[in-house]
Amino acid sequence: MSYEIAVLTSMSIAILFALSLNLITGFCGQVSLGHAAFYGIGAYVAAMLTKADLALPIALIPAAVMAGLVGVLVGIASLRVRHDFLAITTMGVGFLFVGIVRKQDALGGEIGISGIPSVAFGRPGLLLLALVCMVLFILLSIYIRRSWLGFAFESISDDEDTARTFGIDVSKFKLLAFVVGTAGAGIAGGLYAHHIRFIGPDSFGFVESITVLAMVIVGGIGSIAGVAVAAAVLATLPLWLQFVDDYKLLIYGSLIFITMRFAPTGIAGIVHTLWQKRQAK
Amino acid sequence: MLAIELVIQGIVQGAIYALIALGLVLVYGLLRILHVAHAALYTLGAYIGVIIVNQGGHIIFATAVAMVAVGFVGIGVYRFAYKPLLDKPPLIALIASIGLFIAAEEIYRIIFGAYGMSFAQPPLQQQIELFKGFHLSTARISVVILSILFIGVLGWLAASTRTGIAWRATVSDAGMAASFGVNIEKVRYINFFIGSALAALAGVMVALLNNLVEPTMGAVPAYKALAIIVLGGLGSVRGTLVASIALGIIESFGTIYLGHVMDRDAIAFTFLIIVLMIRPQGLLTRR
Repeated sequence: MSYEIAVLTSMSIAILFALSLNLITGFCGQVSLGHAAFYGIGAYVAAMLTKADLALPIALIPAAVMAGLVGVLVGIASLRVRHDFLAITTMGVGFLFVGIVRKQDALGGEIGISGIPSVAFGRPGLLLLALVCMVLFILLSIYIRRSWLGFAFESISDDEDTARTFGIDVSKFKLLAFVVGTAGAGIAGGLYAHHIRFIGPDSFGFVESITVLAMVIVGGIGSIAGVAVAAAVLATLPLWLQFVDDYKLLIYGSLIFITMRFAPTGIAGIVHTLWQKRQAK
Repeated sequence: MLAIELVIQGIVQGAIYALIALGLVLVYGLLRILHVAHAALYTLGAYIGVIIVNQGGHIIFATAVAMVAVGFVGIGVYRFAYKPLLDKPPLIALIASIGLFIAAEEIYRIIFGAYGMSFAQPPLQQQIELFKGFHLSTARISVVILSILFIGVLGWLAASTRTGIAWRATVSDAGMAASFGVNIEKVRYINFFIGSALAALAGVMVALLNNLVEPTMGAVPAYKALAIIVLGGLGSVRGTLVASIALGIIESFGTIYLGHVMDRDAIAFTFLIIVLMIRPQGLLTRR
């Protein structure tokens, strides 16, 4: 039973993490190649706080706030630069996070933080917490998608200048996307730290940023269901196929490449096309 | 004295960055693609160089073979990976390129082993005394000389040959160039060939400097070269060269004076972010 619980916990954390990026990259069209930095910020904040005897559900709040605050900074940066420039800037933020954490003795430096306390009610308790956070974020995503906010995000994603012409406050909505998305990543990070119970700078490097981007892309940029499915599958792929673990990166890399090369709309796009073909018959 | 030493180290490092970033900026200028997988070609060049030298080949022969072979691989990458993506949004090609790069690193690890390779007898290691008390290995000096040489030749090619003119015409307006009879496909092939060959040269040079070739050696240059071409203003060759040298020097000073706060890569990207916040269009380009 404990194995299934661990798998489900990783799955829900991955879904939460991927959907948080989906909000920024999928809904609002702002590429982020450094999303793992916010995951890391959440993980470090939550771990430090629970080590100081705070309960995890409460510690997740400052974790989200801290990640969201840094997210605002990156969001402000995204107002200055666009497209390729933005992609590289966010990538820089990722490297900056790892490079700074590595040198801070207070954060455990290269060695990281170990002995992160377990949650009340143990593993099942953590699973429950992760599930609740995941469901809440899915609901939030659906709500945003259907609301006026989602429309504004989509218009920015399609064509920023046209959106501005129509009187949409582009800067405001971009910042909002970054705040909500990065705060979500912060919560996911806090959960992750208490799931693995050990964190170090290398847990949040560029590879993690790409992994989560792969989930969003393979799922289909912007599609909530597609991204959730892709996150669940990709997060547990190494568990299903034990032999894959050694070639995990090769598979991720190839998957990203093949998806982009042959089906840039991802799972959601493939399902959509198949569905339309069936309807047409 | 320390300052001079740091500047020289920075210039050597900057020359390597320039060789890598030049191929990247050529591709960007022509196709508007951030070609991350470029660094995979750099790693491939390093492997080919080390293997040929260890089989008894001369270093110059090994470098030449690496450059030509990797040049053709570069053309293959364009044909297979980028050409079908040209009409899609640039983000698609960027992400495909990252995927390709990650996969390539893993393939190197599987083929050549995870622990890397070294020269059995590293060539060009004699120390030359530049001035009193300051030594530099032949390898380092050759890096700088070769970079200047190749960049100079490239500049001359672009300025005064028919191919160079066709290349510049394609960069500024591909459709117009095509209507004037420029074979755009051919220009792109040449572009990828030259850029990839320069990356291979940089790979062999780094292999000489560190006497180690690893599957992951491309990771840091891959992202740093992106930072450099962005600093240079994306598409500006002169800006890229200035940014390469500037970044090399800033890193060599930064690791001494800021090393306790952040690591080398973080210093590079801090510089990048600061510059972009002040000048979003890059160091040299005008709006």
